[in-house]
Amino acid sequence: MRSTNRSHARRTALQAAAFLVAATALLAPAQQPAPAPSAPPVVPSSPTSRFVVVLDAAHGGDDSGARIDSGSEKDVALALSVKLRSLLAARGFQVITTRESDATLDAVHRAEIANRSGAQACLSLHATESGSGIHLFASSLTPAAPTRIPAWKTAQGGFVTRSLALAGVVNSALQHANIPVTVGRTALPGVDSMTCPAIAVEIASAASCQQPRSPAPPIPPTRARLLKLSPPHCSSGRRRHASRDTSLSNGSLS
Amino acid sequence: MGVVLWQLRERAHQRLITGQNSTPTQAPEVAPPKKATFLVANDADSSLLGQEQILPLPQDPGARARLILGKLLDIYAASNALHPVPGGAASIEEVFLLPVPSSETSRPTSSRPASASRPPTEDSTGPQLAVVNLSSAFVAGHPAGIETESLTVLSLCGTLHANLPRVAQVRFLVDGQPRATLAGHADLTRTYLAAGAVSPEGAQQ
Repeated sequence: MRSTNRSHARRTALQAAAFLVAATALLAPAQQPAPAPSAPPVVPSSPTSRFVVVLDAAHGGDDSGARIDSGSEKDVALALSVKLRSLLAARGFQVITTRESDATLDAVHRAEIANRSGAQACLSLHATESGSGIHLFASSLTPAAPTRIPAWKTAQGGFVTRSLALAGVVNSALQHANIPVTVGRTALPGVDSMTCPAIAVEIASAASCQQPRSPAPPIPPTRARLLKLSPPHCSSGRRRHASRDTSLSNGSLS
Repeated sequence: MGVVLWQLRERAHQRLITGQNSTPTQAPEVAPPKKATFLVANDADSSLLGQEQILPLPQDPGARARLILGKLLDIYAASNALHPVPGGAASIEEVFLLPVPSSETSRPTSSRPASASRPPTEDSTGPQLAVVNLSSAFVAGHPAGIETESLTVLSLCGTLHANLPRVAQVRFLVDGQPRATLAGHADLTRTYLAAGAVSPEGAQQ
C-alpha cells in the first residue's frame, strides 16, 4: 500500500512537473517568444536574453521538512527540482537551482540566489502529506511599487502582482489537467525576500489525489478572483479549491 | 520560666488561629456563559468554517483569549479533527494584549520579543496587538506543510478577532521567544493582521 502511494506520489510529481513546465511556457511569450517544443535548446548569446527560471527545492541537509511516507519533503522537492530543470532546459529556458544535492540552505541564501539571477519566475518547491492535490501560494505581503533598494523581509511586495499572475497561469495549466489545485497566499521566509515573480508549489499526498474530482470551473473567473485579492491596506490569503465551492479565508501581514 | 514561655506561645498561637477566618467572605464568581466563535480549519478543502459554542468566559480579555484559543486547539486535538494538530489547550501558554504601537503599524517585523511586562490596555478603546505564546511541544508536534501551517495561523488570528474585535494584529512567540517558522514553513516572525483573517463568506453560523 505504501509503495502504491509512493508510486502515485511520483506520478503526481511528474504530472505536476510537466504542467508546471507548460505553465511557465505559457508565461514566457509575455517576455520573449518561447521556442518550439520540438526545436533544440537555443544557446543564447547572453544569459539575460533568455527566460530565466529559479527552482528552489525546499529544505535540505539537516532540515528534512515534512515526513512523506517513508521519505522526507527535502527528497521529494529535490527530485521535482531535478525533473523540472531538465524539462525546462529542454525547452530552452535558463534554469537556476538553489541546490542540486542534499545540502543545508537557509532562507536568506535561497533568496540571494534568486535575486542575483534576475529571473522571470521563481518556484519554491515543497511537498506535504496533508491536504490534497497541489497547493499554490503567493506571498501575502501587501503589493507595493518596486524600489531600487527594497527592505529585505518585504522585498517580494514589489512583485506580488506579478507573482499572483504567475500563480494564475500555473493554476490554469493544472486545472486543464484536472489536477485539484488550492490557491492561497501565505508568509514564507525566503519567498518574501525574493525580487522576482515567485510562488510556492506544494504537492500534497498522493492518496488524496486519487479521489475523483468534479470538473474544474472556467478559468477566467478563477484568475479574476485570484487577482482581486488585495485590499488597499493589507494583503489577503484567499483560498479556493478548484473542484469545490468552499469557504474562504484571508490572512494578512503588515 | 519554661512553663511561662510555653503558656505565652500557646496564647499567641490561639490568637493567631482565632484571627484566621476560613469562612468565605465572597462567593466565587461564576462567569456567565457567552457565545464564542471559532474559525475551524479544514484540511480537506483548505477552508475556515465558523463554529459557535456557549462557554463560561472570564471577564479579563487576556484570560478570555487564552481560553478561547485553548478550546480551538482542543478541537484540533480531537481524534476526528478535520485539521489534526496535537497539543490541545495546554499549547497556549499565554495571550498578552497590548496597544498597537502607532510607529510599528507599518513596520514589517522586529525580532525583539514582545514585552510581557507592559500593562494590558483594558481601558483604552484603540486597536490591540495580541501576542500569543505557544508551547514548544505544540510547535514540535505540528504537521509540516505550507497549507496546514497557514491554516493554523489564520485560524488562530481569525478566532481571536472574531471574539475580541479590538485585536487588530497578532504575533507569535514560542516559549516566550521569537521563532522563525511554525513547523518549517509559516513565518512566525511577522505581525499578522487579524482582521484580514476573517472573511464574511467563511463564517458560517
